[in-house]
Amino acid sequence: MNEIVPVVEMTDIAIGFPGVKALDGVDFRLFQGEVHALMGENGAGKSTLIKALTGVYTIDSGTITVLGEPKRFSTPGESQAAGISTVYQEVNLCPNLTVEENVLLGREPRRRGSIDWKGVRSRTRAVLAELQLDHIDPGSLLSTHSIAIQQLIAIARSVEINAKVLILDEPTSSLDADEVNQLFRVIRDLRDRGVAILFVSHFLEQVYEISDRMTVLRNGKLVGEYLTRDLSRMSLISKMIGKDMEALAELDQAPARTRASNGAGVTPFIEAQGLGRKGSVSDVDLSIYPGEVVGLAGLLGAGRTEIARLFFGADKADEGTIKLKGASQKIRSPRTAIDKRIGFCSEDRKEEGLIGDLTVRDNLVLAMQASKGWARRIPRRVQDQLVAEYIEALDIRPANPDALIRNLSGGNQQKVLLARWLVTHPELLILDEPTRGIDIGAKTQIQKLVNQLAADGMSILFISSELEEVLRVSDRIAVIKDRAMVAEINNDGVSVEDVMTVIAGGAQ
Amino acid sequence: MSPLSTLTPLTLKKPSPARNRLRGGARYAPTLATVGLFIAMFAVGAGMYPSFLSGQVFLNLFIDNTFLIVLAVGMTFVILTGGIDLSVGAVVALSMMVSATLLQQGWNPGAVIVLVLLIGGGLGLLMGLIIQYFDIQPFIVTLAGMFLARGLCYVISLDSIPVNEAFFTGMAQAQIPLPGDLFVSPGVLLALGIVAAAFFVLHHTRFGRTVYAIGGNEHSAMLMGLPVKATKILVYALSGLCSAIAGILFSFYSLSGYSLAAQGMELDAIAAVVIGGTLLTGGTGYVLGSVVGVLVLGIVQTFIAYDGTLSSWWTKIVIGGLLLVFILLQRLFARKAR
Repeated sequence: MNEIVPVVEMTDIAIGFPGVKALDGVDFRLFQGEVHALMGENGAGKSTLIKALTGVYTIDSGTITVLGEPKRFSTPGESQAAGISTVYQEVNLCPNLTVEENVLLGREPRRRGSIDWKGVRSRTRAVLAELQLDHIDPGSLLSTHSIAIQQLIAIARSVEINAKVLILDEPTSSLDADEVNQLFRVIRDLRDRGVAILFVSHFLEQVYEISDRMTVLRNGKLVGEYLTRDLSRMSLISKMIGKDMEALAELDQAPARTRASNGAGVTPFIEAQGLGRKGSVSDVDLSIYPGEVVGLAGLLGAGRTEIARLFFGADKADEGTIKLKGASQKIRSPRTAIDKRIGFCSEDRKEEGLIGDLTVRDNLVLAMQASKGWARRIPRRVQDQLVAEYIEALDIRPANPDALIRNLSGGNQQKVLLARWLVTHPELLILDEPTRGIDIGAKTQIQKLVNQLAADGMSILFISSELEEVLRVSDRIAVIKDRAMVAEINNDGVSVEDVMTVIAGGAQ
Repeated sequence: MSPLSTLTPLTLKKPSPARNRLRGGARYAPTLATVGLFIAMFAVGAGMYPSFLSGQVFLNLFIDNTFLIVLAVGMTFVILTGGIDLSVGAVVALSMMVSATLLQQGWNPGAVIVLVLLIGGGLGLLMGLIIQYFDIQPFIVTLAGMFLARGLCYVISLDSIPVNEAFFTGMAQAQIPLPGDLFVSPGVLLALGIVAAAFFVLHHTRFGRTVYAIGGNEHSAMLMGLPVKATKILVYALSGLCSAIAGILFSFYSLSGYSLAAQGMELDAIAAVVIGGTLLTGGTGYVLGSVVGVLVLGIVQTFIAYDGTLSSWWTKIVIGGLLLVFILLQRLFARKAR
């Protein structure tokens, strides 16, 4: 890399929140015409660094220079005015407006005080054509487009602004392969035109495919800056988690646990027969025995979550039966399910009811208190002990019971959520994408925990988009395709390819 | 690592163009439904009472509701941002009280009107500032504003104050002739002028588009670098200003100031806006729809006047029913669009 002036240079940046030191003395440089990946585990400080650069957070100390000029951003508008544009994971555009308006909002061409709508249309067409996205109708409502297209429209907005820096925060997490390719084509195109691109993603392969350089963060501190081609995947991961390969080795080990017998004489905890719901899923025949992990495999949108919701009573089944411990039982609502000791960790952390303004301790105690009844107060000593136990067991970071939930990273919020269900000691725990968006270290921990819980006799329904993970933790795998259960496979030496064949062909 | 999510999902279909058109059309559907409803009601009225089918009956809907049209315009801005303004009825009453009192003391009518507009706009601005900088729900801030304005009315006088000033009485009696023996009041022209201006602002200025953007997703609007704060404050100032104008128009209409006047008018304005197709959650709606909403409320009253045997409270019952139907309709459209 020739040593020209970086477009963005951040030096010795520090940002703190009550109870958490999010960034501590971090340096970061971004050059023209490169794709730079920001790497780190959840909670390493990636999001915070981006928000410091985009003016959402104000830095406590350190300097930011853009093209050699020192800047201090306190609103997103100021950062944008300096040529920095961001596309967030949860596309930040207005769904109620048209594509062209979203591209030009706040910068519409005007003639005598009135917006020149013809100009808006032609400028939008021009920028869409530039990105080879001419198939998008500028006059259509944003909400009629898929997330992938919306993201591309957000990028079009940045191009229209003539952004010198484009930040892409987890842009691929809800895209399929074709969409990722389209996105990458646009990214490379922009890079070749001299735009500096900051790319954040959990998908290692994508990072290696698209990035030129990377900066690695760990626990709010800088680990280093590397050329992508000089850094192997293994050394990158070890830099991210700050340990040697032990954790990774564990990750690759096949589960050695002896499987629970589900032979004659043992009653399954839950037994569904012909379970279905109009417009949702159908033909679910699935039993889960005590101490067994059953994995649901299938494509995104195949109906995995829908099955979980039927089991938990979040949706009412209109066909088929459910037996709990051999007795027929209708699960009409989540309340019934919880009474019958079924827990459901949904894929949506934010909506799940973690209370962001309360501390880790309060969130855990809430669940404990609810399960004990409101009349019996839990003594502080017991609280402390239990909270400390779960923080240690799940390695919740920071290990501070008084840290506010909203200041925790996504992966650590997920752990608190899990802990909240665990304190109520469910007999069946449904985990929907428990490892999505969390780093490898936390992933291993959660997978180990799942096996341990099963070994203690809990039944677990495990849902994940990553087939390897499903294979690693499950005793049996139910394959879901096109909103129906199409096969059940015993996990004895099954490979990812085998499962894929079933999904592709629908045959046994 | 080959996460399954990176495979092409078979079941996630992209919306087809035909469906796009349907969804695009759904934007106008609630407003068009209101227009249809209005025409149907007019037709039924004409069928029941022969004299109903006249241009003047139609124009009277405007003449009798100038103030509500102006209120609905201000309210449309507020609701489009996802907010609400409960103070407008009380600000109308305050404007009437202030103008009646000052006119009685011999003030120049022009000066009175300017002062009233300043008071209304100022109150709105103040509420907007409080809502924005203390991050308090508009509902509670404008509720406080409502009590404040209404209380000030009682402080000024408990009795009705007549207005005898020449300009005001002149405006009350003035008729602008139209072809075909029809006429409107000057207030109607003013109200329609305000509607036209509001339409222009909402659809042809950056301020107007920012109003829609805030209603669509306030956080996104902020991240896009739009002037969210200033816009939200201005919207309440605008609503206060509209309330003051409505107060003056109401004074032209009633030629008095009374501290109990315009009770519940804020709710009529909200009802007109919602019936006109604006979503209470913000981001979707049209100021012209709000005007049709006012006309629908007006025609219900006309019906009851023509019938002669019904209590005027039936107006409220019918409006209640309509409101419910429209909110349910909106929900239905919103579901279809999803």
